[in-house]
Amino acid sequence: MNWKTFYALLARDGHVARRNLFMVLVQNLLQPLLFTFVFGRVLTTSGVMPVAYKSVLLPGVMAISMVVSGVQAVAMPLIAEFQFTREIEDRLLAPIENGWLAVEKVVAGMIQALVAGLVVIPFAWLMMGSGVKISFDHPLEFAAVCLLVALLSSAGGLALGCSVGQTQIGLMFSLILAPMMMFGCAYYPWAALRPFRALQIAVLANPLVYASEGLRGALAPQVQHMPGWIVMTALVAIDVGFMALGLKKFRKKAVS
Amino acid sequence: MGIGIRIENLRKVYDTPPPTAARGGGFSFGPSRGTGPKEKKEKKKRFEVVALDGVSLEIRAGEVFGLLGPNGAGKSTTIGILTTRTEPTAGRAFIGEFDVWKQQVEAKRLIGVVPQRPNLDFALTAREVLLFHGAYFGESTRERTRRTGELLEKFKLTDRADHMVRTFSGGMMQRLSIARAMMHDPEVLFLDEPSAGLDPQTRLLLWDLIRDYNRQGKTIVLTTHYMDEADTLCERLAIIDHGKIIASGTPRELKSSIPGGYLLRVRFDRAPQELLGQLGELPGVTEVRSADHIAADIYADRGGPLIAPIVNAAQAAGAEVRDVHIAEPSLETLFLHHTGRSLRD
Repeated sequence: MNWKTFYALLARDGHVARRNLFMVLVQNLLQPLLFTFVFGRVLTTSGVMPVAYKSVLLPGVMAISMVVSGVQAVAMPLIAEFQFTREIEDRLLAPIENGWLAVEKVVAGMIQALVAGLVVIPFAWLMMGSGVKISFDHPLEFAAVCLLVALLSSAGGLALGCSVGQTQIGLMFSLILAPMMMFGCAYYPWAALRPFRALQIAVLANPLVYASEGLRGALAPQVQHMPGWIVMTALVAIDVGFMALGLKKFRKKAVS
Repeated sequence: MGIGIRIENLRKVYDTPPPTAARGGGFSFGPSRGTGPKEKKEKKKRFEVVALDGVSLEIRAGEVFGLLGPNGAGKSTTIGILTTRTEPTAGRAFIGEFDVWKQQVEAKRLIGVVPQRPNLDFALTAREVLLFHGAYFGESTRERTRRTGELLEKFKLTDRADHMVRTFSGGMMQRLSIARAMMHDPEVLFLDEPSAGLDPQTRLLLWDLIRDYNRQGKTIVLTTHYMDEADTLCERLAIIDHGKIIASGTPRELKSSIPGGYLLRVRFDRAPQELLGQLGELPGVTEVRSADHIAADIYADRGGPLIAPIVNAAQAAGAEVRDVHIAEPSLETLFLHHTGRSLRD
């Protein structure tokens, strides 16, 4: 393993991300924040939604922001660079094993997902106004969930980025990301799906469910949420699965 | 001490269409998009292109070696395998002592690659492309800053150094690609069709840069379908067609291997067998070929002086000469001799 090369590749991604920082943040965070404002401020203040909903919503918005940011940070450049010009070869010729380039992309994506998640908390808090009850009493659990969710999103981005062509990007959003966000238990706790038993079981296949429930458990334990050990086990399993799938696809795509 | 290259019985069969950018414009495949999944699967199964068919080569340390052949001959696939970008179906390739497929990282340290289509990092400026490339190869900040400045100057890119690469013209991208390939001072430099699409002036500049780099003891491997480029630049050549090496040696050796040396391509209104026989007996003629009994390829040790006897022979046989083309000994005639096709066909 060649750490110098790995670090240089990471520095390159960091450089490009910093150059586009404002644009990327707006692109990934505006929608969840608007949602936060309408549901967490307008509807709660006018009495349509109970004030307690604010604490349900905030961890979910954070989960969505992290997952969308991580997936985009890894998948979008990969899709572009594997296209016609094969820009990716600029880095595949660096003296490092091909798989490590994929790992580097995932690490860069994790950092971006974490930044997005941490930026969303104060913004969402401000937008919602008073009545938000979140706690940082379990910092270790919070940190572990954050890392696992970041890995989930960027490893998922790797697998997605190596499977989707440039022409299918629009389809990817409407067919994969949109339903994932709606059925990801970000806007409601998983327990709230009880009256829809079939749906409640079906959404267990959605990785975002564990991200939302995990962050809810860590930040707003007073809200009903899945037990921590189930969330952690599921996140670890999905992370490992996405990473293995992503690496396999990347390796295959990297050479002809 | 330079680094040599050895290729042993290399074979490459593509079972999916090779990426065009890496493989050159030689293949043309119909779009597979829009077909159902089942149909697609069956299509894939039937797809098979033999790009390389048992290629063996030895490239000596410190030489300029050329791979010459028409589009789709297998040149880019050979470069692809030697630069770790393509997995060989069978056979082995070595850069120095390293097996290119099994010891990729070691091989990558030794090589610099100029691809056919620039694959520059579009998210960066020209200066950053070089700086980061140096960093990937572990150069210190000071070293890569110095080399970046030098290379930008040498390739006349200094005034555009801080512009985004995506705004560059084709020629500028090509120059930056070469600068990037030289950035980590590799022992072996691969250039895939380096002068395709360049204006004559830039081409001459490029040739100078290649010769200059070679003088430092570096091995250069280039592919081309320009005869003059191969002839003036390369110390040794391999002519490749349909995935096979059909001839190799120095340009001089190759040219002297053509029977006679001169090639006269003559077109008649008709060329009966008896006329072809008579042409073969003319003084200095070593070989006559005719595929269609209209045109004839006459290999001879002289050019112009043969025209009068050819016209006489045609008249005697009741035929008429329609067109004559004399080709002096060149790699073009060599290619024709071995394949029956012109390089540009």
